[in-house]
Amino acid sequence: MDYKDDRYLKKNQVADNGLLDRRLFLKRGLQFGVITTLTSTASLTSAKENQNTSQNKSSDSTRAHKSEKSFSTYGLPSKFEDNVLRYPSQNEAVPGNGVSWTPLHLMEGAITPNGLHFERHHNGVPQIDPKKHRLLIHGLVKKDLIFTIDDLLRYPLQSKTCFIECGGNSNAGWNSQPSMAEAGYFNGMVSCSEWTGVALSVLLEEVGLDKKAKWLIAEGADAFAMQVSIPIKKALDDAFLGLYQNGERIRPENGYPVRLVVPGWEGVLNVKWLHRIKLSNRPVMARNETSRYTELQPSGKARMFTFAMEAKSLITSPSAHMLLKQSGLYQITGLAWSGNGKIRKVEVSADDGNSWAEAELQEPVLDRAFTRFRIPWHWNGKPTILKSRATDETGYVQPERQELVKERGRQGFFHYNAIINWHIDSDGFVSHVYDKDATKKTNSNIDSDWD
Amino acid sequence: MIKMQQKKLTLILIAIGINFSLADTKSTPSLGQEATPEEIAILDISVFPDGEGLPEGEGGVHEGEKIYQSKCISCHGEYGLGNSADQLAGAEMGLTGEYPEKTIGNYWPYATTLFDFIRRSKPMATPGTLSDNQVYSITAYLLYLNNLIGKDDRMNAVTLVGVKMPNQNGFINIYEAETGSQ
Repeated sequence: MDYKDDRYLKKNQVADNGLLDRRLFLKRGLQFGVITTLTSTASLTSAKENQNTSQNKSSDSTRAHKSEKSFSTYGLPSKFEDNVLRYPSQNEAVPGNGVSWTPLHLMEGAITPNGLHFERHHNGVPQIDPKKHRLLIHGLVKKDLIFTIDDLLRYPLQSKTCFIECGGNSNAGWNSQPSMAEAGYFNGMVSCSEWTGVALSVLLEEVGLDKKAKWLIAEGADAFAMQVSIPIKKALDDAFLGLYQNGERIRPENGYPVRLVVPGWEGVLNVKWLHRIKLSNRPVMARNETSRYTELQPSGKARMFTFAMEAKSLITSPSAHMLLKQSGLYQITGLAWSGNGKIRKVEVSADDGNSWAEAELQEPVLDRAFTRFRIPWHWNGKPTILKSRATDETGYVQPERQELVKERGRQGFFHYNAIINWHIDSDGFVSHVYDKDATKKTNSNIDSDWD
Repeated sequence: MIKMQQKKLTLILIAIGINFSLADTKSTPSLGQEATPEEIAILDISVFPDGEGLPEGEGGVHEGEKIYQSKCISCHGEYGLGNSADQLAGAEMGLTGEYPEKTIGNYWPYATTLFDFIRRSKPMATPGTLSDNQVYSITAYLLYLNNLIGKDDRMNAVTLVGVKMPNQNGFINIYEAETGSQ
């Protein structure tokens, strides 16, 4: 069967410009013609080169002919994957203040390996001896209690796979010009892990909540002494004290020996190196819930306590800086997530939003977790724009950038979750563009209203 | 018959056992040690807008300026006009223009937040090393730079709470608006 055949395309096309039935790969397996993906192109080439130099079976250079070093105490990625790295960006005057981005564009699946989980530190990573660490819970409680890490490890543990996303993730989107970085290096302040720990509700039960307790003030043991206020309702609902990350103890940069996990809510609330929780009848109005992590609107008023990270999706491949070497069949893949529940659907457009088709969601689709989506696409070699649009179980639909900016202006800094466009030129080069402006002469760029 | 009676007795004993265990043990380990007021006093550095948590002590603009010039100016610039770190004072553009400036004077809703934040997080190289009097002094200087207090005003647990911040009503509480909770 020839995938280039018009009738074949027509039969399987589910949206314009070559988007194919999301179940096509599953239905037909690998039966049809050439499957071109971004990564397989390279490996196919190298296999061919190897064949040319391999004249007989005994000199087959694609297999090992001697035993190499075998065992290690802690495994590391292949040396050939040494480009799959976090991208740090620090404040030069204060090296402990900055971020490192998760390379989402170089990854698959839904789980972030611990060494690639994004970082946002406000003043360094403390190296905490778990034997010396203490967690104090006090304030509007019947008993003020101090717990050691050994204490916490004896409690019934629970696991939840969920994303943590910095409130400032993707905030380059507020700028008047689109970021030219790779997808992960301006959207990768989000990662997804299986976190294991103690339900906060269990410890709050033990300290005995005063009826007046409506908020908890959480504080870290880092040099910044991070402090935030969290409504008691959320704390009792699904927040927990994270001790393990993807099966091993939490990494120092993610809060070792204990951090708060507040599923779906902005990253800053997931206080790392947690050492104090104060129960209160009101928020403390900390710097990071007043001066920062609030979003200035065009009216001059600022949104405050915008906790949940709203639904968002991102095509991770093809994405910025990648090259489609030839026309043909590709797999569009990406991630979707929502701080308000499960992802219900992800739609993909291969014609700049004129037509949309539903992508296949990789099971399991979990509450407040990364959901991997995929859909096959036949690229005809002509310039076009790819988009993805997430809808969560509440019915919330990820907005276009124009809608988001119209509603919130461009000075909010936090909570940017608009649809991201990847432009593909006739050479197959992928770049980030805003709505229509970079590719069409009829410029309807909203930015002209703001700059 | 005996067998059945034995069975019954076992069941009764099991039932009693379960009752005992429910009465005697809690469902969670209860491992926390009670904290003393002294232990809490060392750790609790949270300061609320109504002044809860503010310590004794006092500081003024003049002392604050001196400390600012030795510990803060390299990142925050002269007169708080900003450098590698935030601009803290001297906003000229307001919050609604094309290039809004968010400073203490025109953005921060509570003066107490300044004390809380400086005491816990500043200076970035050696946080937590300033005395309460020094923190009051820097707070006073920054409020003075923002024209919120006079040159000779002194900040302490009473006067700081009395500083009315111009943008106190400039925020929309989204959590409250969306959930009805407070």
